[in-house]
Amino acid sequence: MTTTPPATRTSQVALIGNPNTGKSTLFNILAGMNTRTGNYPGVTVEKKIGRVTWEGQQIDLIDLPGTYSLSPRTPDEMVSVDVLMGHAPSIGEIDAVICIADATNLERNLYLVSQILDMGIPAILVLNMWDSLKKRSEEFNLAELQSRLGIPVIPAVARKGTGTKEIKQALAELLKAKPKPKRLNVFPAPFNEAMEKVRQRLTESGVDIFEDYEVERLILDKDGSVEKRCLKKTGPEFAQFLTGIRENLKEQNCTVPRIESECRYQWAKSIMAGLFVVDEDVKPRSASDHIDRVLTHNILGLVVFFALMFLIIQTIITWAEPVMGWCEYGQETAAGWVEAGIGPGPLRSLLVDGVIAGVGGVLIFLPQIVFLFLFISIMEDTGYMARAALMMDRFMRLFGLSGKSFLPLMSSFACAIPGIMAARVVENQRDRIVTMLIAPLMSCTARFPVYWLLTMTFVPSVVLFQIPMPVLAEGGYWDFTLPALVIFLMHLVGAVVAIPVAFLLKKTAFKGEAPPFVMELPDYKWPSIRNVSFRVYDRAKAFVVRAGTLIFAATLVIWAAGYFPGDHTEQHAIETELETLDEEADADRIATLEARNKHLSATLIETSFLGQAGHVIEPVVKPLGWDWKIGVGVVASFPAREVIIATMGTIYSLGGEVDEEDDGLRDALHESKWPDGTKVFNVPVALSIMVFFALCAQCVSTLMVIRRETNSWKWAAFSFSYMTILAYIAAFVVYQVGMLFVA
Amino acid sequence: MNLLKLNQLAKGKRGRISRVDGDDGISIRLMEMGLIAGEVVEYVGSAPFGQPATYLTRGFRLALRPEESSRIEVELVN
Repeated sequence: MTTTPPATRTSQVALIGNPNTGKSTLFNILAGMNTRTGNYPGVTVEKKIGRVTWEGQQIDLIDLPGTYSLSPRTPDEMVSVDVLMGHAPSIGEIDAVICIADATNLERNLYLVSQILDMGIPAILVLNMWDSLKKRSEEFNLAELQSRLGIPVIPAVARKGTGTKEIKQALAELLKAKPKPKRLNVFPAPFNEAMEKVRQRLTESGVDIFEDYEVERLILDKDGSVEKRCLKKTGPEFAQFLTGIRENLKEQNCTVPRIESECRYQWAKSIMAGLFVVDEDVKPRSASDHIDRVLTHNILGLVVFFALMFLIIQTIITWAEPVMGWCEYGQETAAGWVEAGIGPGPLRSLLVDGVIAGVGGVLIFLPQIVFLFLFISIMEDTGYMARAALMMDRFMRLFGLSGKSFLPLMSSFACAIPGIMAARVVENQRDRIVTMLIAPLMSCTARFPVYWLLTMTFVPSVVLFQIPMPVLAEGGYWDFTLPALVIFLMHLVGAVVAIPVAFLLKKTAFKGEAPPFVMELPDYKWPSIRNVSFRVYDRAKAFVVRAGTLIFAATLVIWAAGYFPGDHTEQHAIETELETLDEEADADRIATLEARNKHLSATLIETSFLGQAGHVIEPVVKPLGWDWKIGVGVVASFPAREVIIATMGTIYSLGGEVDEEDDGLRDALHESKWPDGTKVFNVPVALSIMVFFALCAQCVSTLMVIRRETNSWKWAAFSFSYMTILAYIAAFVVYQVGMLFVA
Repeated sequence: MNLLKLNQLAKGKRGRISRVDGDDGISIRLMEMGLIAGEVVEYVGSAPFGQPATYLTRGFRLALRPEESSRIEVELVN
């Protein structure tokens, strides 16, 4: 494996630590706002680098994912090892490592420290939450710890920003001194002999490319990433050789893999011995345990949890709405400026319906993303998120997932885009991708207008039962009607279908070792404004920069499909004339022109590429009970499902400015007929359209976010295909079964 | 000797780990987290309806499903 040296004299410094140690807090303080993010090629791990200058030295600070150990079993986990070993081509040789550890939980954190020392990279150790340790134990022999570890140890309180100056200083000195540390060796003699044998065999096979730490991993990680990589070069017979080595070690009382944890923890114990006085084997009961009695209580815990979830969804929807209104207002204003400056024509249409609509289509999701991540960050920062995952674990196992997937999926009921982005809280790669793939099945708010229009137009308003509400409701009763039931059920369809889908995905494409549910529950603490705002900013930026461009491009393509190849000359002439007319004096002329314009729009969309597609698919959608007009509406709403209402308005010659409450549109739907004179719409048709919308991936933004988050077009294409097929089959069944009842 | 599986430990009780079964990813993760022979584990609480359960060990709180905790054999300590 070749390494490319960095082009400039910028030092490469990696930041690593266990989860819940305040690693991202420290990264944010050290790197500030000056960070860039990307992806490591071929994996879902986000690459986050901050460029800083300390004491005259330019440094690239690389934030590695939080991890308990560096024993790579998946390609995702391999990234950290590759970066540290200098095998990540885009990063190059690592000059130093900052390892952050929770001072109150040092023994376990030393496991990772021992692996880093094992790699032989210059390192400094940051003891975070130093204040909490000081509260628990007055005497802590820092100097002794430093001399035992042989690296600089710096106490810090990242949340308060204390210790950062010392960290920068220590790192700058380390980079200047360029020490060549000796590898830490925690293993007994038989293991070292085994390493020698493996090394020799590798040399004989001509693949002497591995560092000592990687040779160690070859022995320790059965079927691990290093072994897989090695077998590609050496051929499968090397696997037998390794098995022999492991069996031999077992005979010498060095059983793989447990030898590693035994040796490293033994080392950690020897490092910790006598540093401070602990009076108990386990931590004494803390305030967090008392809070947990309430927040994870059988009844109270669930009440609090669901109240909180309800509040979050409700707030996202109600808070985001006015901000989304401003977005729309801004879009209209910008369109107004363009219309004032440029006459009707392809350029104006491109700018207004393509460019401005594209930018608006990106910005419209921002409020929901910001609000959701505000709540997520607070829940994570306080420590409640781990409890939420704990409580929902039993339920989420229905989906074959863990409790950690609950929040991303629940958020998707507001909008799948922040939901998919929230799937980052799921560490296990397979679970994370399955979560992202089923998230778009949750009924987002953009589906509501379709449910509302079709239900209110076609489902008879039968009162199913009445709930007595003496004061609150008019007439003393709350009517629970059939349309209300239908709309409620439509919201459940996706979630119910997601259960078998997730189950199948876990049994096929994501088959493999079940991820362990081994989750640390951190102490509760007050959220830090700095942490929360950094995270919200980070997510919002990632969405706009990394998914926004794709969403924008897709909007342009769809605009072109709806605009071309029709002849827009007459329409542009009408629009030009309309703009010169006086509203009162020329009222009759305006009415004539507008009617003609609506008719023209209907013809133009019918003859556009989009409309042609609608005609082409008519034989395909006929079994669902749809005519070509519904076909065009559905095709046109593939980029964004809420477009269906406006498209239907255009197709039924009502103009594009209709909404789901529009009586004209409802009448037009009622009157719509097949060539033989029978009505197109009835209850089964309405239901088949709604079920189709409930299950179909009609949202280009969602697909682009899936592409970005999984770092692969494959999963975006897969989501689109499986959801479209699923939607088609479900709509077919609903219509065909429904027609049996109608007849 | 009073040996039992960690998931059979009663709430509020402590056990000293005598063995962790298996050598797959789950067992490795448990051992990496410090659940190795000799360590003391206390069952402190659980999610509603009993699982996953939370344990205290080495100064931190850990949630485990029965699938994971049943791999750990403990000796009851008073």
